[in-house]
Amino acid sequence: MTDQEIIELIDRSIASEFELDRDAMKPESTLFDELGLDSLDIVDLVIVLESAFKFKIREEEAIRGIRTLGDIHAFVIKKKREMETQG
Amino acid sequence: MQMKRVVITGMGAVSPFGRGIDTLMEALLEGKSGVTKVPALAEIVGMRTRVAALVPGIEPKEIPRKFRRSMSAMSVFATLAAHDAAAQGGLTEGHFGGGRLGVSIGSTVGSPQTTQEFFTDFSTDNSLERMKSTVFFHIMNHSCAANVAHTMGITGRILAPAAACSTSCLAVGYASEMIAAGKQDFMLCGGADEFHALTAGTFDIMNAASVRYNDTPGATPRPFDRDRDGVVCAEGSGILLLESLDSALSRGAGILAEIVGFASTSDPASIANPDAGCIALCMRLALADARIGPSGIDYVNAHATATELGDIAESEAIASVFGDRVPVSSLKGHMGHAMAASGTLEMAASIEMMRRGVLIPTHNLETIDPRCESILHVQQPLHRRIDTFIKNNFALGGVNSSIILRRFEQ
Repeated sequence: MTDQEIIELIDRSIASEFELDRDAMKPESTLFDELGLDSLDIVDLVIVLESAFKFKIREEEAIRGIRTLGDIHAFVIKKKREMETQG
Repeated sequence: MQMKRVVITGMGAVSPFGRGIDTLMEALLEGKSGVTKVPALAEIVGMRTRVAALVPGIEPKEIPRKFRRSMSAMSVFATLAAHDAAAQGGLTEGHFGGGRLGVSIGSTVGSPQTTQEFFTDFSTDNSLERMKSTVFFHIMNHSCAANVAHTMGITGRILAPAAACSTSCLAVGYASEMIAAGKQDFMLCGGADEFHALTAGTFDIMNAASVRYNDTPGATPRPFDRDRDGVVCAEGSGILLLESLDSALSRGAGILAEIVGFASTSDPASIANPDAGCIALCMRLALADARIGPSGIDYVNAHATATELGDIAESEAIASVFGDRVPVSSLKGHMGHAMAASGTLEMAASIEMMRRGVLIPTHNLETIDPRCESILHVQQPLHRRIDTFIKNNFALGGVNSSIILRRFEQ
């Protein structure tokens, strides 16, 4: 997958799960304040990403640093590239 | 202690005819049936009933996602009905947050649909890794009550009685007693259930579900009828706004009816089969609570689900208390058996019958079972003044309930 394909799948999955307007989803959008998610949603966000990308991330320390949609893009792209490197 | 009088100032319904009390009454008065074929039931091994009464045409997305995510269908039904009851009652923002408005709403069980979905997924690999954060909020026993309270910002007491078919009658009765004792000023109360094969199957395996009218769904269920063959399961929610009379008068609320008597009895003779004597005891205790005799009742809204044992036992019980003088009808012929919701859906419709001066006949009652002939059945719309009626509900598990409502007079 290209980076853009990864970003598109992330945004599509999140918009569907949390009924968000795609036009309002910018990389700089903060998950809590601007996209309106909360702690329960973050639990489900992890499941949505794990389902979409077929990886396990719940125990990843880097998740705790995620604040924006762009942070998710960067985290998933990095994770996917690591998986490709590891074969 | 001086007990407060308790009145009803708002009603909401989500029924097999759609949303709203007027929608429900229009269908009942026109003699419509909410029962339809459900093709998915044919896919279930061992399921013989293929009909149910399902809720059409509601829009769950009226409820913001933040609240809806913790709801299964039953909580959606309850929330929409509660919203309508509060609106009719004229409640404003100030009523919800003061701790004097509570919720008493129950269901037979937590969401069977979400429970099925969870265990279907869980059993594939014994894994919790796909479990959504909101599963518990769907399947907890107080799902409907909690979801209604959260959506509406209610801060008073939460009660979630669970007694299958008696649930909403108990919810109203216990809420009424809280208000009478001065513990709350308002209670949104009733019941809700969502249709699931587990419910239909429960009756089917006990040979208590309707199976002979799968190709003519409008002809079943047939309460009290010689040719009845059992329950048709339904879904929905009926919610009433109860309020102390003092409160209603002080804010000039429209009063729809007064609750004057309530009783509930356990029937330890059988966990499944009704007992006429115990049903009669329940009605007599409700009369005593209302401080009236049998002659004070103008109409009986029967539980009558169209099972052989239930219809006969209730007929015998009604006859033993009221003789053949008081008109009796069941609304399950129109809309099936909405389980935990049935009590308040039928109570709301009965209040409207009292307000409109018309008794709705038992739909599909064509030939009265000789064993149910000892009471006065309503078989045609009956236009007459009704001042006081009794509403019965009886549940698997041996939980009986009867409530008496009266036209309000100062």
